[in-house]
Amino acid sequence: MTCDLLVTYPVRVTTDDDRVFKALSDPTRRHLLDNLFERDGRTLTELVSRLEMTRFGVMKHLRILEEAGLVVTRREGRQKLHYLNPVPIRLIHDRWIDKYRERQVSALAYLKSELEETA
Amino acid sequence: MTTMTEQATQVYSVFIRATPEQVWDAITKPEFTTRYFHGTRIESTFEPGAPYLSLAGDSDQTLVDGEVLESDPPRMLKHTWRALYDPETASEPFSRVTWEIEPQEGGVTKLTVVHDQLEAAPKTAEGVAGGWSYVLSGLKTLLETGEPLQG
Repeated sequence: MTCDLLVTYPVRVTTDDDRVFKALSDPTRRHLLDNLFERDGRTLTELVSRLEMTRFGVMKHLRILEEAGLVVTRREGRQKLHYLNPVPIRLIHDRWIDKYRERQVSALAYLKSELEETA
Repeated sequence: MTTMTEQATQVYSVFIRATPEQVWDAITKPEFTTRYFHGTRIESTFEPGAPYLSLAGDSDQTLVDGEVLESDPPRMLKHTWRALYDPETASEPFSRVTWEIEPQEGGVTKLTVVHDQLEAAPKTAEGVAGGWSYVLSGLKTLLETGEPLQG
């Protein structure tokens, strides 16, 4: 029997995927991402002007998006610009969605062969 | 379906459980690029002024050409970019790609790709918008698991 508690009882750690799902679970944050999707490289002031929310509130949401890697900021002269980073969504797509879609497709293929055999 | 408006500057970033040297090798060695970069072989000496070429894996057709602007292994690589695989993008002016490699805590490296100077290259901007996510996802998977993405 192993005495390694870390192996036997894994400590719940926040993973990259957790942060992405949490960030995407809020409609305001999805709205912010949609804004950047529409046009990338916006300032905080620009993003605030498109939401009925205080500057502080928008900053809080942007911080969660940044921690999840969904928003990346870059300095451009005196301005700090916010960019949409789609890579974390792509990673979830490649690791999760593809996996389950594959099973669904094979289930449909099975159904088709079953129906055609009995027809 | 919503399509992304072409962006003059695009930023892509990914955290990879690997060293900066491993990430640099994955970007600059053809034995790696064939496994995650649409099967293409990278060809360059990575010295400023040298050509940066991306060749089709199964032929010598040049798919992307450019010139190395700056190189600081294993931290940064900057080169120009012109996609030749499509006559529309081939006729557009060169844009610019910067790879930034930053070590983080816990054996993790942050890789950021900035594709900019796309103002006069809208077809290229449109073409690479989905492509970079796919390429970086594949690069991460390859370095962390030793296997390319399925499919």
